[in-house]
Amino acid sequence: MQKYIIEVEDMTVAYEKKPVLWDIDIKIPKGVLMAIVGPNGAGKSTLIKAMLNLIIPISGKVLFNGACYESQRRYIGYVPQRGSVDWDFPTDVLDVVLMGTYGQIGWIKRPGKKQKEKALDAIKKVGMEEFVDRQISQLSGGQQQRVFLARALVQDADIYFMDEPFQGVDAKTEKAIINILKELRSRGKTVIVVHHDLQTVKEYFDWVTLLNTKLIKYGKVDEVFTDENLRMTYGTIGPILKGE
Amino acid sequence: MTPQLEILITVVIVSSACAALGVFLILRKMAMMTDAISHTILLGIVIAFFITKSLTSPFLIIGAACMGVFTVYLTEMLKRTRLMAEDSAIGIVFPFLFSIAIILITKYAGNTHLDVDSVLLGELVFVPFDRLVVFGRDIGAKSLYVMGTILLINMLFIAVFYKELKLATFDAALASVLGFSPVFIHYALMGLVSITAVGAFESVGSILVIAFMIGPPVTAYMLTDQLKKMLILSILIGIVNAIVGYWISAILDVSIAGSIATIIGITYLFAFIFAPKRGILAMIHLRRVQQIEYAVKSLLFHLYNHEGTDIEKEESNRHSIYKHLHWDKRFLERVLKKAARRDYLSVNKEYLKLTPEGRKYAIKSYEVL
Ligand SMILES: Nc1ncnc2c1ncn2[C@@H]1O[C@H](COP(=O)(O)OP(=O)(O)O)[C@@H](O)[C@H]1O
Ligand SMILES: [Mg+2]
Repeated sequence: MQKYIIEVEDMTVAYEKKPVLWDIDIKIPKGVLMAIVGPNGAGKSTLIKAMLNLIIPISGKVLFNGACYESQRRYIGYVPQRGSVDWDFPTDVLDVVLMGTYGQIGWIKRPGKKQKEKALDAIKKVGMEEFVDRQISQLSGGQQQRVFLARALVQDADIYFMDEPFQGVDAKTEKAIINILKELRSRGKTVIVVHHDLQTVKEYFDWVTLLNTKLIKYGKVDEVFTDENLRMTYGTIGPILKGE
Repeated sequence: MTPQLEILITVVIVSSACAALGVFLILRKMAMMTDAISHTILLGIVIAFFITKSLTSPFLIIGAACMGVFTVYLTEMLKRTRLMAEDSAIGIVFPFLFSIAIILITKYAGNTHLDVDSVLLGELVFVPFDRLVVFGRDIGAKSLYVMGTILLINMLFIAVFYKELKLATFDAALASVLGFSPVFIHYALMGLVSITAVGAFESVGSILVIAFMIGPPVTAYMLTDQLKKMLILSILIGIVNAIVGYWISAILDVSIAGSIATIIGITYLFAFIFAPKRGILAMIHLRRVQQIEYAVKSLLFHLYNHEGTDIEKEESNRHSIYKHLHWDKRFLERVLKKAARRDYLSVNKEYLKLTPEGRKYAIKSYEVL
């Protein structure tokens, strides 16, 4: 059995000249709920995209279960940043969630009854059953985020990447989302989340990666998420976490 | 078949072929790119012409398709340098390639009938003169068959790859993660746009190609919010525009392409003004309804706040309340009418009183805030 589910080796990414990620090495064990934390422009989204082969790195590679991305595609789910799509696109909630099943269906074939049931289940799970036929342009930020989460759930993946799933959502939605993520973890899934709010890291996650172009530290939250490491990540002096 | 009918059927086919692809171009925000491609393909045609020395060779279509795809590639390369935005990149690539084509034509191909005017405006009236002859039998205007084939290819492509087109257009990153190469979809679409443009430009000209690719889809987008309906509507609007435009050109005896392009513009204008949900009138109406809606809420809440207080009488007098709320009298009347129609208010002599219904509504709308 493979010890690590994700291994990033010597990864460097640059858009044009300036490196955005510099020589990143991370080994992630199976079944963790990990936050990626760092200031704006630290390369958090880029790290996820490079892991998912959406960006070709200058150097380095990523292994999933010890194999390359292409062969493991089936086991990987992705929730992009909410702002990365056009919410005026002419479609509804069910249709967007169904997109998560396309990978299992393959080219040309259309989603059928089985996929539809799966999508409806996922929609229920994120508490959007009232909005199945709702036009996506009519959703609030939190609802959009729930739809994206449902879409990832129907992917039936083992590893999930989520880029700021809490961005622009209300407290209630945030709780609902984190509960679903924790449930995924309890089913042995590995969940990697770009996260913004330092105050909730300890409560939500068990692993954390501190990133600012370079990899500052990564590992168990208890060991790594210290004031000193945060200061190295954010480059500020003084306590960053409230009440510490 | 009469020559008139051949022309009409040709434009109808062109309109459908363009309007269907156009839906995806619009959703991918590629209107400018469409404009560029439909011109730069001329360079592909010219180069293929120099190689084959024939104006009827199918290689002209292939040359055009390659140039269309090359245009997209070049633009994206410039954009990737981050030295300029996409529209500037298009603004450089498009005139550059197009003017090379113009120079080549004027310098070396002056005596063939590749000329600039007919590229831009087309020569619909010549459609019936160019016949397709098989085994010595005249089976109809050639452009009918060329465009018919292209329409078929476009429809097949959209029908077969509908799901992939939708996914790659809505969320290219997810398409890539799931293994549906968005790059493949992108370039396949651009290739088809180029082929359609080159097939159509000889008859209708590149201006009308652009008009058909952009106009009907944006009009359809005003009218529906479902992709399938948008596709069907776009094609229907394209066909109706083609027929009406042709008919008017016949009556007024003006350029067919010009007349159709004008009709396409006018149709969009109508949708822009009158579209049921997104049109400007609907927007204005919606805003007015919302304004009254808020006014009803604030009136109810005002009454609720003063219920049982010493100044209730003064604050709920229907002849003076407009002063407290800073409304003019006519507006107050409209708000009162609306509230009364929903049984939120009763009038006791000159005093406004909340009904239980109205009180519930006031509390509820306060809580959502
Ligand atoms: N497509 C791109 N082209 C060029 N630079 C980019 C691109 N995307 C992101 N960047 C730059 O890379 C850096 C990291 O971006 P990103 O990974 O989005 O950061 P984060 O998600 O941590 O906020 C930023 O400085 C950003 O400006
Ligand atoms: Mg980001």
